[in-house]
Amino acid sequence: MFESKAGILFIAGIGFFAFAFLSNAVVPMVMYKDLPEQTAEQVVNDKLMYQFDELSRRYPGAFREHIGEPTVENCADALRLGKQVYVGEGCWHCHSQFVRPVSNDSKRFGQVSETWEYQNELQRPVMFGTRRVGPDLSREGGRRGSDWHAVHFFKPKMVSPDSPMPEYPWLFDGAPDQPNGRGLALITYVQWLGSWLDTYPYYEELDAEKMEESF
Amino acid sequence: MSSETVAETLPRHADLVEERLVRWYFLAAISYMLISMLGGILMALQLIHWNPLTSWEIFSAGRWRMVHTNAIAYGFLANAFLGTLHWVVPRLTLQKVASVKLSYFIFAAWQLIVLGTAAGIIIGPTLQDQEWIASLARNWHMEMSLGAQGLEWGETPFWVDPIALLGLALVAINFLTPIAKAKGPMYVTLWYYMAAFVWTFLTYAMGNFLPQYALTGTSAGAVGGLFIHDLVGLFVTPLGWGLMYYIVPIILQKPIWSHGLSLVGFWGLAFFYPLQGIHHFLYTPIPMFLQYGAIISTIAVEFVVATVVINFMGTLWGDGRKVVTNLPIRWFYTGMIFYFITCFQCALQVTLTFQKLIHFTDWVVGHAHLVMFGVFSMWIFGTMTFLFPRLLGREWYSRKLCEIHFWCSAVGVFIMFLDLGLAGVFQGFYWSSLQPWDVSVDGSQPFWITRLFAGLTMFVGFLCFLYNLHMTYRGEQRASSTAAVPATA
Repeated sequence: MFESKAGILFIAGIGFFAFAFLSNAVVPMVMYKDLPEQTAEQVVNDKLMYQFDELSRRYPGAFREHIGEPTVENCADALRLGKQVYVGEGCWHCHSQFVRPVSNDSKRFGQVSETWEYQNELQRPVMFGTRRVGPDLSREGGRRGSDWHAVHFFKPKMVSPDSPMPEYPWLFDGAPDQPNGRGLALITYVQWLGSWLDTYPYYEELDAEKMEESF
Repeated sequence: MSSETVAETLPRHADLVEERLVRWYFLAAISYMLISMLGGILMALQLIHWNPLTSWEIFSAGRWRMVHTNAIAYGFLANAFLGTLHWVVPRLTLQKVASVKLSYFIFAAWQLIVLGTAAGIIIGPTLQDQEWIASLARNWHMEMSLGAQGLEWGETPFWVDPIALLGLALVAINFLTPIAKAKGPMYVTLWYYMAAFVWTFLTYAMGNFLPQYALTGTSAGAVGGLFIHDLVGLFVTPLGWGLMYYIVPIILQKPIWSHGLSLVGFWGLAFFYPLQGIHHFLYTPIPMFLQYGAIISTIAVEFVVATVVINFMGTLWGDGRKVVTNLPIRWFYTGMIFYFITCFQCALQVTLTFQKLIHFTDWVVGHAHLVMFGVFSMWIFGTMTFLFPRLLGREWYSRKLCEIHFWCSAVGVFIMFLDLGLAGVFQGFYWSSLQPWDVSVDGSQPFWITRLFAGLTMFVGFLCFLYNLHMTYRGEQRASSTAAVPATA
C-alpha cells in the first residue's frame, strides 16, 4: 500500500488533501455559512456617504466626469473599482487589513477585527494581508481628509517625508487636485475601511509618555 | 543475465528523453529568474528611497513585487521542474512521456500562461477604469480586474487561471502515463512526483477559484492560507525532494541510505503538510481551535523533515569530501542545510509566542527567501550545473564562474535571511512598544540597505552563471555525448 501506485494516488494524493481541506477549509465554511454576504451597495453607510459627498464638492469637475452624482449606487461602484485598484497596485502587500488581539494592535488601531467585518463582496478574496510596511488600514476611514489622501497617493513624501511608499501619479491627471476615476475610487475605498465602526483611536497622537501610563 | 545483455535490451537514452525540451525549459526558467531578480531589486530600491523609475506606471514597484514572486513560482520553478521531469521520469520508468507533441504544446502553453500573468499584472490595472471593462463586469458578472487577483502567490489574473489549470491537467496526464506503464516497484522519486501531479492540480483549483467565486471573508482567508502553504508544500517541495532522491544517489554512485526513512519522509509530509494552511493567519478571526491544529501539525512536520535530512546525510556518509570537490553535490547539500534551518525556524515561528512579535514583519520575508531561493532555486542551479554539460555536449566554459555563482548565491541569500530576520524582530518591538509608525520604517533602513546588497550579490552570481552558459554554448562540442549511452540511471 505505502509503495503502490494506487496507495500514493488515492491515499496520499487525494485522500490526505481532502482530509486537510475538510479540516482547514470546510469547517470554517460551515461555521460561517449563516452569516450573510453583503453587497457593495449594502455596505455603503452614512459616514462613507458623508466622505463621498465631500469628495464630490472638493473635486467637482473630476467627480462629475468619472462618477456622476454622489448617489449610493455610484458610491458602491466606486468601492468596487477602488478595491480593484487596491489589489492591482499591490497595496495589500504592504498594508494589512486586520487588527490583531496582540502586540498592542488594538491600542494603536482600534477594536480587534471580527468575522462579520469581512462578510461582504469587497472582501472577495479577503484582504487580510501578510506584511505591514505601512500601517494597518482596516480602521483608516475618516482618519484623514480626502485631500490628504489625494496628495499622499500623488506623492507620499509631500505629507509623510519618511514614507517609502511608491508614488501613484497615474491616478491623477497631472496634479494632486486632479484625481482621475481610479484615484477617486481608491480614495472612496480607503475612506470606507472601518467606517462601519463607531470609533477608533487616533494613533498619530500616541506618544511615549502617554503610553507609559497605560502599562 | 550479464550486464552487457541488460544494456542491449534497455531503451536508449536518446529514444526516451527529449533533450531539446529539457534545454528549452531550462532556458525559459533562467529568463524568468532574471526578470524576477530585477523585480526584487526594484522593490528593494523603492524601500530605501532610491527607486529611479518612480513615476513610470508600467514600472510601478507594487506591480513588480507581484511579478517578482509569480515569475519565481510559475516562471522559474515550474519551468525548471518541468525540464527535470522530462529528464527524470522517462529514465526512471524506461517509458516515453504520453506524447512528445503534447510536451511541446505544454511548453508553449506554459510560456503563454507565465507571460499572460506578467502582462496582466503590469498592464491590467491601467485598464481598470475603462468603460468596456465596467460593462463586462456589470453585464456578465465578471471580475472587473484584468490585472492581479488578490491572492498571495495566486496573483495570476482570473482569466489565466482556467488555462493554467488545464495546463496542469495535461502535465499530469503526460507524466502519469509513463509512470502507470512502468513495471516493478516504484522508486521514491516517483512517489513524490505522482503525488505532486495530483496535489498541484487540486491546490491550484482550490486557491484560485474558491476565494474568488464561492467564499467570502474569514473562510476565504482560511482557504487563502491553505493555498499559500500548499503551493510551496505540495507543488514545489515534492518536486524538489523527488529530484534530490533521484540525482544525489546518481552523482554519489550509491543507493539512498535508508529505504524505511524515505517512506517515513514521504508519508509524513503527505499527511502533515496540507494540514498547516491556517498558520499563515494566526490571531485572525479564524476559529482558535483550527489555529491550534495548524500549529501542531507544523511542529510535527519538522520531525518528518529531520528524518529526510538524516537520510541524505547518511547517504553522503563516507563521501563528505565530495561536498568540496563536486559542485552539484555542494549546491544540493547546502540547500538541504538551508532547508533544515527554514523548517526548524518554522517550528518556532509558528508558535503563538513568536507570532505576536514577528507576524507582518520582514522576518517572514527572510524566511520565504531562504525557502524559495536558498533551497529550491539552489537545487535547481545544482541540477543545471550537472545537466547543462550533458545537454549541450560541452564542458562548462569556466569552473571558476560556476564557483562564483555558488558562493554569491549561498552567501547572498543567507545574509539576506539573517538580515531580514533581525529586521523583523526590530519591527515587531517598534510596533508593540507603540512607537510612532515612522520609527519602524526609519529603523528598518539599515536592514533594507543591507538586503539590497545581499540581493545584488545573488544577482552578480546569477550574471556569472549567464555569462558562463553563454560562453559554454559558444565552446567546442565534445566528441561523445550521452545520446548513445543506455538509460540505466
